[in-house]
Amino acid sequence: MTVGAPKHRELGLTDSEYELIVEKLGREPGDVELAMFSLLWSEHCAYKHSRKLLRQLPTEGERVVMGPGENAGAVDVGNGYAVAFKVESHNHPSAVEPFEGAATGVGGILRDVFAIGARPIAILDSLRFGELDSVRSRHLLDGAVRGIGHYGNSIGVPTVGGEIYFEEPYEHNCLVNAMCLGLAKTSEMVRAAAAGVGNAVVLMGASTGRDGIGGASVLASAELGEGDEAKRPTVQIGDPFEESKLLECCLELLEKGLLVSLQDLGAAGLTSSAGEMASAGGVGIDIDVAEVPLREADMEPFEIMVSESQERMLAVVEPARVEEVRAICEKWQTGSARIGVVTDSGLVRVLRGEEVCGEMPVEALVDGCPLYDLEPSEPESWIYGNRATLREGAGPEEELLALLSSPNVASKRWAFEQYDSLVGSRTVRRPGQADAAVLQLPEAGGAIGVSIDGNGRRVACDPYAGTIEAVLECAQNLACVGAEPLGLTNCLNFGNPEKPAGAWQVDRAVSGLAAACRALGVPVVGGNVSLYNEGPEGPIYPTPVVAMVGELPDPARVAGSAFAKEGDAIGLIGPFAPVLAGSELAKQRGQLDAGLPEPDIAAVTAACAIVRDAVRAGRLASAHDVSDGGLACALAECAIGGGTGCEANVEHLRERGCQPEEALFGEGTGGFVVSGDRATLEELGAVLIGTVGGEKIEIGAGDRSLSVPLDAAAEAWLSLPSRL
Amino acid sequence: MIWGVLQFPGSCDERDALRACEIAGEGARLVWHESRDLDGVDGIVIPGGFSYGDYLRAGAIARFSPAMEAVAEAAAGGAPVLGICNGFQVLCEAGLLPGALLRNVELRFICRQADIVEERSGETLSIPMKHGEGRYYAPDELLEEMEARGQVAYRYAEGHNSNGSVRDIAGVRNEAGNVLGLMPHPEHAVDPLTGSTDGIKVFEAAAAAGTLA
Repeated sequence: MTVGAPKHRELGLTDSEYELIVEKLGREPGDVELAMFSLLWSEHCAYKHSRKLLRQLPTEGERVVMGPGENAGAVDVGNGYAVAFKVESHNHPSAVEPFEGAATGVGGILRDVFAIGARPIAILDSLRFGELDSVRSRHLLDGAVRGIGHYGNSIGVPTVGGEIYFEEPYEHNCLVNAMCLGLAKTSEMVRAAAAGVGNAVVLMGASTGRDGIGGASVLASAELGEGDEAKRPTVQIGDPFEESKLLECCLELLEKGLLVSLQDLGAAGLTSSAGEMASAGGVGIDIDVAEVPLREADMEPFEIMVSESQERMLAVVEPARVEEVRAICEKWQTGSARIGVVTDSGLVRVLRGEEVCGEMPVEALVDGCPLYDLEPSEPESWIYGNRATLREGAGPEEELLALLSSPNVASKRWAFEQYDSLVGSRTVRRPGQADAAVLQLPEAGGAIGVSIDGNGRRVACDPYAGTIEAVLECAQNLACVGAEPLGLTNCLNFGNPEKPAGAWQVDRAVSGLAAACRALGVPVVGGNVSLYNEGPEGPIYPTPVVAMVGELPDPARVAGSAFAKEGDAIGLIGPFAPVLAGSELAKQRGQLDAGLPEPDIAAVTAACAIVRDAVRAGRLASAHDVSDGGLACALAECAIGGGTGCEANVEHLRERGCQPEEALFGEGTGGFVVSGDRATLEELGAVLIGTVGGEKIEIGAGDRSLSVPLDAAAEAWLSLPSRL
Repeated sequence: MIWGVLQFPGSCDERDALRACEIAGEGARLVWHESRDLDGVDGIVIPGGFSYGDYLRAGAIARFSPAMEAVAEAAAGGAPVLGICNGFQVLCEAGLLPGALLRNVELRFICRQADIVEERSGETLSIPMKHGEGRYYAPDELLEEMEARGQVAYRYAEGHNSNGSVRDIAGVRNEAGNVLGLMPHPEHAVDPLTGSTDGIKVFEAAAAAGTLA
């Protein structure tokens, strides 16, 4: 029956999926119904290639207030308060139009957080682009950074941290993952489940236009390729002022207890928010599209149902309170319209006045999509390219400067100075000051640390070990500010899961994520999956971005990452045993290959506890985790940040089997560079490797010893703007 | 000294300003933009943000709000008025302060700790700046008059004028001295935990100028 009916294929549904829809409906779907099914059965909404795998993640924990399935996860931070947080991708829109793509990525994640009744208090972002020598990458970087700043700055939520990597495989498919944290009184938090037959369904915020039609299925769930310019109308346009009013309005409505439930309109617009609210509440919903305020009068019912116009929220309200709700919307100069009703039919019905445009069982629409098993197969060799950029025969000093000026290692000050990191008066550590952002929570007592990480290149080398490393790096960053992990969220950015190598990457990465979270005892409170990040040139590096929130009792004691005082001793803490595999140096030498050593999670966890406790006790002058560019770059970063040189010797790492160049530039998990009082560092079990002071960075490493003037190192490390 | 902090749709730093006023003064409350009644406060802070979205020109819409009519009257009566960032832009648009704020010279938003020098005392204060349209401009003739009348309140210290402001001007006051506007954010410099505490001196200066006027 599907022969000669290619419309479902244009919308991204397979023939067998179409047949399943016909079976569930007992008839052929109409246009409105087909459009709605195609969106809710897309990878973006249904997680049909990832849901089975995600079941292995640990989601339970004493401090979990909301877990996966809600608009955002949340953890208890004491005194009746919870911190909500979530990361989401906006990759394909940003690849097509970086400014609006990134801006609406921020707008969308903010709505997810205030949808559960939390006031957004911070934004972080994780960005990936192709190499900086490409004009396209510079254009995407510039647009995405301006877009994030535009939305976050204008709405008054500080951008407090993030990371940016530049790698060839992201050239045609950049990644823009935005994270938001919010603070809520636990008693005032709200879920997204519709309830109460006869209750009104109220659409609040902006009017509905033709922007973003089909974004979830067309953009987010297929590979990028030729003719992407034609997809530009599927990218949404953001308006942070509209969202600012909507945010204040929603928080006032929740504070006054006027809403039964609340849901944001994101991907797939009204279709997914109405469908998911009905599904979560086990009820039906009737939507009358004639009541939806429109930007263009002649919109078709299917366009209204799938529009991804931004800055809209859907609420369920008791009929007697609708007028009160609308009055508050009026106060905030934000739109509101009663567009539907909660029913006991178990159906999502789309009406236009008296006319029935679509009628689908909620179960079929929201939960009926088939889930697929992956068919993973490990590739036989390194499937990505290699490009040497470092001169053959370069000495250690040239290598250090090349690494410090590599855009992956170099300071990202150019980007984060375009973000307001202060509004809200919570920011105790600003971007660049410490390994994790620190936000004070006077309401709850104490503070939280938050970090977002995910080095795709290392995950490409070994999806299992690389993902464990990403989780451990988050934990290490938190330890550096004295924070103990409370919960984790993630955004899994991968290529096409229907290809064996792509399937293998996702499968191994999720296993690594589960193993690391279990070993650390950190629950996964939410997540997002972005697949099909590939084009004709191949897939992106597999990039699981993980974000962790931790608590710390006293923000006044937080250490910075920079050396604080001349004469302080420098120590190395943790089971750090670096190798060149997957390192920035291996990349620059064009020597990337598959394989990484398996991390010792228990040993790293123990080291995190030592550093965390020492920071909390105020015993360390600085703490910095060893990451991109290895120990030499970590030492240089501490020195440049502190405006002082240092003298160190890393030959001790020979005892751990490291060659001199591995000790300098090798990478691996579990290393902390700390500074402070010599006797204190000895008590902590740190290996003493040097002293803060002087005007050079001098590192003894046998025949690879190096000495670089502090000024030259700083110039290299701060060189990013000169290459844009 | 009880401060009133104006709240427009699109204000961002009103809660920060409220908190700073509580630290620097004796109390503070929010004043809704539609209110012509200033609720008996002694002075007014117009906070940072993007009032009404700032889509036309920063501060161009906010100046027409009922609350701003009340502020103009209060200012004429000598009450202290402090405009911060967007508040400075609003005061310039309203004609309560001379000059205008243009887009930063590099056409990018900048968030950075800056040193500013208080013109009269010569004291240097460390206060963060964060804005995209903070380049102070006034014609030369007007600047000469302002300088002669002591209307330049703050200048960026050497090496800290990153928005390209004319004559390094970071903040100005009106002829009477009771209306003060500046681009850097003193309300984000009142707590040692989140930065410096030098911003308290700006609130104190604003309050004192109002009382004297």
